[in-house]
Amino acid sequence: MSKIIRVNLTKKEVKLEDVSKEYDGLGGRGFTSAVVAAEVNPLCHPLGEENKLVIAPGLLGGTNCPNSGRVSFGAKSPLTGGIKESNVGGTLGVRLAKLQIAGIIIEGKAKDGESYVLLVNKDGATLKPSNELKNELVYNAVEKLRAKYGEKVAIACIGPAGEAKMAAANISVTDIDGVPTRQAGRGGLGAVMGSKGIKAIVVDGTDAPGVNIKDKDSFNKAAKVFADTLKKDSISGEGLPLYGTAILINILNEAGALPTKNFSSGRFEEANNISGETMREIILKRKGNPTHPCSPGCIIDCSNVYKLEDGTEITGGFEYESIWALGANCGIGDLDIVARLNRLCDDIGLDTIEMGDTIGVAMEAGIISFGDGEGAINLLKEAEKGSPLGKIVGSGCTCLGKVYGIERVPQVKGQGMPAYDPRATKGTGVTYATSPMGADHTAGYVIAMEIAGCGGKVDPLDPKGKADLSKAFQVATAATDCTGLCLFVAFATLTNERANPAVVDMLNAMYGLKLTGDDVTKLGKKVLQTERDFNKRVGFTKAHDRLPLFMTKEKLPPHNTVFDVSNEDLDSVHED
Amino acid sequence: MKIELRFYATLIKYAEKNKIPQFSTVEIEEGTTIASLLNKFNIPEKDVHIIIINGRNADSKQVLQDGDRVALFPPVGGG
Ligand code: SF4
Repeated sequence: MSKIIRVNLTKKEVKLEDVSKEYDGLGGRGFTSAVVAAEVNPLCHPLGEENKLVIAPGLLGGTNCPNSGRVSFGAKSPLTGGIKESNVGGTLGVRLAKLQIAGIIIEGKAKDGESYVLLVNKDGATLKPSNELKNELVYNAVEKLRAKYGEKVAIACIGPAGEAKMAAANISVTDIDGVPTRQAGRGGLGAVMGSKGIKAIVVDGTDAPGVNIKDKDSFNKAAKVFADTLKKDSISGEGLPLYGTAILINILNEAGALPTKNFSSGRFEEANNISGETMREIILKRKGNPTHPCSPGCIIDCSNVYKLEDGTEITGGFEYESIWALGANCGIGDLDIVARLNRLCDDIGLDTIEMGDTIGVAMEAGIISFGDGEGAINLLKEAEKGSPLGKIVGSGCTCLGKVYGIERVPQVKGQGMPAYDPRATKGTGVTYATSPMGADHTAGYVIAMEIAGCGGKVDPLDPKGKADLSKAFQVATAATDCTGLCLFVAFATLTNERANPAVVDMLNAMYGLKLTGDDVTKLGKKVLQTERDFNKRVGFTKAHDRLPLFMTKEKLPPHNTVFDVSNEDLDSVHED
Repeated sequence: MKIELRFYATLIKYAEKNKIPQFSTVEIEEGTTIASLLNKFNIPEKDVHIIIINGRNADSKQVLQDGDRVALFPPVGGG
């Protein structure tokens, strides 16, 4: 029987609960969003006692279904003020699922200055005072925790940014090597964890009972089919393992949609220096690892281990988004500097996308100049110190833009934009505008069709039909985010007709259900509705489903295009 | 006339086979299509999944113009 761990930091109380009817059958984002919507006062302060941090593995987590190890974090976001879900790979999701934990709900608030580790194992959970870890960088903290609790534990940890409750703080999760390279990055959930007084969650999977599967034979059969579709797909079976997600740098650059120097151009002259192709060459030369699974059971292996010239392992999980954010968007074309920036973000506990946007705006404001790598490093070090400027940086691009009086801030609902300029990838622009999460590419990855030509080719510059496409992707993604599947299975599910039915078959075999593909679509819609409803109660209206006005007026080179999807089209995304 | 030819990801091997740089300016005849360009450089059409000419998606029938920037990609995706 799955359980919920409910932790109250005000009372220092940990309870093991049965899964109530309301939350039964929910996983991942479905679980976190349902709990936030049902239990969190939409008008609460995100860093106050009433907010809750919710953690849940996906419905297929802990099984032998490939790539099913994601874990979702959810809360009311300090960055957007709306509902937030951010999911991540690594080992945490699998461990929780195998311990038969449907979710962890962290509520209340410790007194200022108190710091705890939440230790979870087969007997339940306990709070351990952890003053010795205060303000420790993430890599150091994780090393100390592994020394204390064992090499095999899974850890979710925040850095000094989360402890200082900065709105761009992330939650780091350890990968299969025990290194905290995986980040639940978006929306400042690290600040929510910090506000509760939790420095880390340590999950010890020793003697875990494992997951229950009603019909193992059917499950295994479907899992095999699914694995086969992932392996046969040319993107998940070849492109991603070879080059990682940074394979996208060059193609977005060619398409004129790689946001450069604070979204002022779609092309970066030095793009190839920070591309997946160049990264692979460097990694091979320095004997890092270009093909690495972040999570047990991953067979796509898009992750990597990146070393500096002297052989120091500086960073891992060095991804397209981070490389774009800290590279092209800041005009920095040196991959080693980008790697150092990436490590600093991971160590301080700051979202790389938000930091790329923030440093970009700082450059626009003239605090440092575009291309100034050392200057960017110093800005992050200010955040680590917690100086006034550092706190502004750690609060994200919208905050920094306000403080410095900058109009050109690439954000929606206060969250910085990811690595696709919406003026040159208009379907993705619709997702940025209308997702309940704020500007988020994963929420509806229309890029699959606009750029990768996967599941059909569409013209990224054409505004027509993009609202419908974004809607379909947002619904499918919300459903996928409930399963624990890594989003990169989408390249197979979009192109191989055997892939989606295999997922439905696994869900049915595991839980003894009779779901159809339509039911899964309905599930996605329901998750979105729950999230939209929460945001409505916060006070969000249609006016919040818009891109910044400058993107509808200022032409983006090289195509000299503006964002011209009509407001009616944007509003149609969430009408039924 | 001259075009700029750019090879990416696994297709870089065809630049190497042709002993030209990854980013090359090549001389072609008037009326050359992408298909005939691929043929000229012995690049199997099935290996080329995405063709971007001057930032726009193109197909193999497109006729090239002087000064075109032609980028060739295998299947790529990520996020
Ligand atoms: S494909 Fe990449 S992100 Fe997904 S589970 Fe594997 S390594 Fe992690």
